Amino acid sequence: MQFLEARGLPTRKDERYKYTDVAAVLEPDFGLNLGRLSLQFDPRQTYRCRVPGLGSSVHYVVGDSVAESNVLIDDGSLFVGSMVEFAQRYPDILRAYYNKVEGDSLAALNTLLVQDGLVIRVAKGRKVADLLQIVNLSVGSVPMLANRRQLIIMEQGAEASILNCNHSATRCSNLATEVVEGVLAEGSHLQYYSVEETTNNCNLLNTTQFVQHESSKLDYASITLNSGLSRRTINITLDGTHAQTAVSGLVLANDNRHIDNNLLVVHNAPLCSSDILYKYVLDGSSIGAFAGKVLVNAQAQKTDSQETNANLCVSPTARMFTQPMLEIYADDVKCNHGSTVGQLDDTALFYMAQRGITPEEGRLLLQQAFAWDVLQRIDLLPLRQRLMHMVEERFRRGAGACGDCVMCAG
Amino acid sequence: MLEIKNIHASVEGKEILKGINLSVKAGEVHVLMGPNGSGKSTLSNVIVGNPQYTVTAGTITFNGKDLLAMPPEDRSHEGIFMSYQQPVEIPGVSMNNFMRAAVNAKRKYQGLPPISGGDFLKMVKEKRELVGLDAGLTRRSVNEGFSGGEKKRNEIFQMAMLEPLLTILDETDSGLDVDALRIVAEGFNKLRTPDTAAICITHYQRMLDYIRPDIVHVMLDGRIVRTGGPDLAYRIESEGFDWLKE
Repeated sequence: MQFLEARGLPTRKDERYKYTDVAAVLEPDFGLNLGRLSLQFDPRQTYRCRVPGLGSSVHYVVGDSVAESNVLIDDGSLFVGSMVEFAQRYPDILRAYYNKVEGDSLAALNTLLVQDGLVIRVAKGRKVADLLQIVNLSVGSVPMLANRRQLIIMEQGAEASILNCNHSATRCSNLATEVVEGVLAEGSHLQYYSVEETTNNCNLLNTTQFVQHESSKLDYASITLNSGLSRRTINITLDGTHAQTAVSGLVLANDNRHIDNNLLVVHNAPLCSSDILYKYVLDGSSIGAFAGKVLVNAQAQKTDSQETNANLCVSPTARMFTQPMLEIYADDVKCNHGSTVGQLDDTALFYMAQRGITPEEGRLLLQQAFAWDVLQRIDLLPLRQRLMHMVEERFRRGAGACGDCVMCAG
Repeated sequence: MLEIKNIHASVEGKEILKGINLSVKAGEVHVLMGPNGSGKSTLSNVIVGNPQYTVTAGTITFNGKDLLAMPPEDRSHEGIFMSYQQPVEIPGVSMNNFMRAAVNAKRKYQGLPPISGGDFLKMVKEKRELVGLDAGLTRRSVNEGFSGGEKKRNEIFQMAMLEPLLTILDETDSGLDVDALRIVAEGFNKLRTPDTAAICITHYQRMLDYIRPDIVHVMLDGRIVRTGGPDLAYRIESEGFDWLKE
C-alpha cells in the first residue's frame, strides 16, 4: 500500500513499462466484486478443458473467485484450494511465503484489491503425478476488474506440473490483474505452463515471480493464442547453486493486439543455468514487445545462460520491439543473447507452391514450424501435442474462430 | 504436351528470354545446354511460374491449357515438376508433413479426398525405396542438414511422390559425384513412362550418358540457336559453344 502510494502506477517512463501504457489499460470504470456475490456460474458444465492422454485435476477461478464447485485437495502432502481456506489451516506457512513481490506497483495494486486466490503446496518429497490444471474464466455482464492470485510452494524434492489456462465467458470488456508467486525449495521441480486464450476484450496484467533454491528446476512457458492487451512481468531469481531455469514464450497475435513480455532473470548463485526462448508471430497491425534481462551477479560464477528472441512479422503493418539484455558482474560465465525479426521466407513459399501447396497452406506450415519450436520444450508429451493442435487450429481458423474455448473443441 | 511460343521474359526489368519456341511431346526427353546466363534457368522458372520472372510476350500451353494463366500450385497439380538446382531448406517443416500437404493439395485439385495416414506412409516407403532415400530423412525437416547428394535424391523422391507428367531437371547433376549422379539418374529413369516427358538442363555430357535424350537444344543469349540429336551434346562437350556464336 505504502509502495503504491509512494510510487504510483508505472508509466511509460519506467524502463520496464516503456512498451505498454498501463494507465490506459486501467482507465475504464471497472466493476469490482467487493460484495463477494456468487456468480451462479458452474464452469464444469461448459469448460471441460481436457488434455487427452493426461490425468488431471481441474480447479476453476471464475472472475476473481475460486469456484465453489472445486474439489479441495488437502491430503497432508498436497494442498490445492482457496487461499482463504489455506490461511485458516496453515497460517504460518502462508505468512512465510505470501506477498514477497517487491518493487512492482501492479503487484501492490493486486495485493490491495485481491479477495482470494489459489494455493498449491507440494510438501517435501511429494511427486504429483497428475497435471494440476487451473482454469481462469473472465465473466460479467458489465466491465469487470478481476484480481487473481496464485501461491505455489514447492518444498524440498517436490515435483509438480501446472497448466494455467485463461479463458473468457463474456463478450464484455474486462481486465484481470494476476500475481503468481512461487518458491522452489532445494531439489524441487516445477513445470508451469500458462495458456492465454481469451478474446480481444480481455486485457491482462500479470506478474509472475519464482525464487529458486539449490538444484531446483523450473520449466516455465507462457503461450498467448488470443487476448486483448497482455502484459507479463516475469521475475526469476536463482538463489541456490545448480538451479536450472528454462523460460519460454510463444505469442500469436493479429488485428490490433498488444503483447508485452518483460523478463528478468537474476543469477545470485554459482553454477546455475538459464535458457530463455521467446517467439512471436505477429499478423495484422499487432504490436509485440519483448524485453529480457539476464543479470549475473558477482558471486554467480560458472553461470550458463542463453537467451533468444525470434520474431516473425507476417504482415507489413505488424511491429515488434525486442530488447534482450545481459548484465554480467562475474568473470567466469558462459552467456549469450540475441534476437531476430523477419518475414516469411518467399523462397520456401515458392518451393512449396511448386510442389502444389497453396500459398495459404504454405504460410500455415511455415508459421507452425516457427511456433512449434517453443512447444518442443514442453516435456509432457500429451500436453505438447495438445498445444501443437491448438496452435495449428489457431493458425488455420484464426483467433477465437471456434467461440470461446478451443480446448473444449477437442 | 508442352507448347512454348515466342516467350519473352525479364527479371527486374532486364530481358533474359528473347523469343523461345519449344515443343515437348509425351515420351520425349529434351536437353537444354548453353553457357551461364543464356536463359536456361529463366526458362524453367517461367514454366513453373516463379513470380520473380515476368513474361512480357508469348504463350505456353500444357496439354492444351493456358499455363501462364495458372498460379504455380495449379501448374504443379496439372503435372509439372521442377527438380531444383539448389533445393530449399525449410526448418521445422518435416518431410512427411511437407509431402502430405503436397499430395493432399493435388488430390483436392483432382476432386479426391485426402489420403489416409496408412496409405500415405505406405506410399512414402515405396517411393523412398525406389529412389534409395534413407528412411530417417523423411522424418527430418525439409532439406535441412541434408548433404548435396541427399538433397538431389530428395528431389527425385518428391518427383516419385507427385508423379508429374513433365519434369524439369535444373542442373540436377551439379555438385554430385559420379555415384550420386548415377543413383539420381537411375531413379529418374525408373519413373519414366511413355506418357511422361522431361527437360534436362545441364552443362555436362556425363548426365546424358545416363539419361539418353531424344532432342538437344542449345541456348545462347535468350534464344534457342541450335536443335539436334544427342550428337550435338557430344560436339559441345568437346568444342564448347563458341562455334555457335556467329
